[in-house]
Amino acid sequence: MIATFSKPAFVLALLAGIAMAMPAQAQSAAEGQKLAFDRGKGNCLTCHVIKGGDLPGTIGPELTGLKAKYSRDELIAIVTDETRRNPQTVMPPFGRNRILSEKEINAVVDFLQTL
Amino acid sequence: MTARFAIRAAFAAFALGVLAFAPVTRAADSIDPAADKAAFQKFFTTKFPKLKLEDFVNGPYSMNEDLHKQWEEKEQFPPYEFSLEAGKEMFSTPFKNGKTYADCFPNKGIGIRQNYPYFDEKEGKVVTLELALNRCREANGEAPLSYVKDDMAALTAYMAFTSRGKPMDIKIPNDPRALQAYQKGKEYFYTRRGQLNFSCATCHIQSPGERIRAEVLAPALGILNAMPIYRSEWSGMGTTSRRFTTCNSQIRGVPLDPQDDEYRNLEYYLSYVSNGLPISGPGARP
Repeated sequence: MIATFSKPAFVLALLAGIAMAMPAQAQSAAEGQKLAFDRGKGNCLTCHVIKGGDLPGTIGPELTGLKAKYSRDELIAIVTDETRRNPQTVMPPFGRNRILSEKEINAVVDFLQTL
Repeated sequence: MTARFAIRAAFAAFALGVLAFAPVTRAADSIDPAADKAAFQKFFTTKFPKLKLEDFVNGPYSMNEDLHKQWEEKEQFPPYEFSLEAGKEMFSTPFKNGKTYADCFPNKGIGIRQNYPYFDEKEGKVVTLELALNRCREANGEAPLSYVKDDMAALTAYMAFTSRGKPMDIKIPNDPRALQAYQKGKEYFYTRRGQLNFSCATCHIQSPGERIRAEVLAPALGILNAMPIYRSEWSGMGTTSRRFTTCNSQIRGVPLDPQDDEYRNLEYYLSYVSNGLPISGPGARP
């Protein structure tokens, strides 16, 4: 039986197993971290110091202890369109200008809540 | 009774006072380049009290001592040198009709960078140095150069070099169209645009000296005095046109055509508020 398994199928089955072993939240947070460090996507690192990120920018505050400072809804609101809270902000309106999808914003917020 | 009268009188006086002040408030909203320039320069000297006014023309290299040292080292073997040499040669090589660039400019084109852009009252528009160079070519039967490529950078590098140290000296003639052009440039500078929702001011007024990843943002004050620039990030030279269009692309906006009226107005505004700061171009940037 095993001998009839092709190699790619075996690798896929293995990856699926790993994915299932990870809780959905952690998986989303890992995805969020990728978005936060990706220059073409969230690119949070361009302006914020973030644990685990190289060569961070200095425009925004360091992203740390966010769970204590903001509720999940507040974090979503800030990432979606911080100009509503602070019209002078430098921060791009990731949701309003469709830089990130709703799902991606949720993943980024999952990541932010681990910091 | 007298008390009530006194209160009424006071109210009336207050109302009159408000009316009397109203025109003054409106005057503050009118276009006042000299006041803008003073406020603009004061903003930067207050934000960076250690810097002298003329230091700002070194952009990010003026922002701290480490960077300043890097700049001094870079000036030993300036990366714009090839371009400068090429520009000098181009400038002195006659066109097919025997004329040269020198024939198109005041003082044969030497030491005049600080007067650009200027408002052309005949045309009713702003004329930049890059535009004047291409008009010179076309008037002499030559094809215009690309505004964003090496040849234009080389020519403006040479013209800036012969003007080094001269204070930027942009004039706004007593012509409502000139004031309008200035005002439109100012509006462009402060208007947010692009998917990232940045204005020029977001980076170059609100955040100079701050880093975006490893790059240090330049102050808006004196930013054009250093043009054209050799940018390590571009591995080459760039004109003011190249700087404006790539800024617009980086904020995920749609760049205008080089030398579009709006860019000409922007260059007019941004140069005027840097009046008095020395020409330092060609510059080098990280």
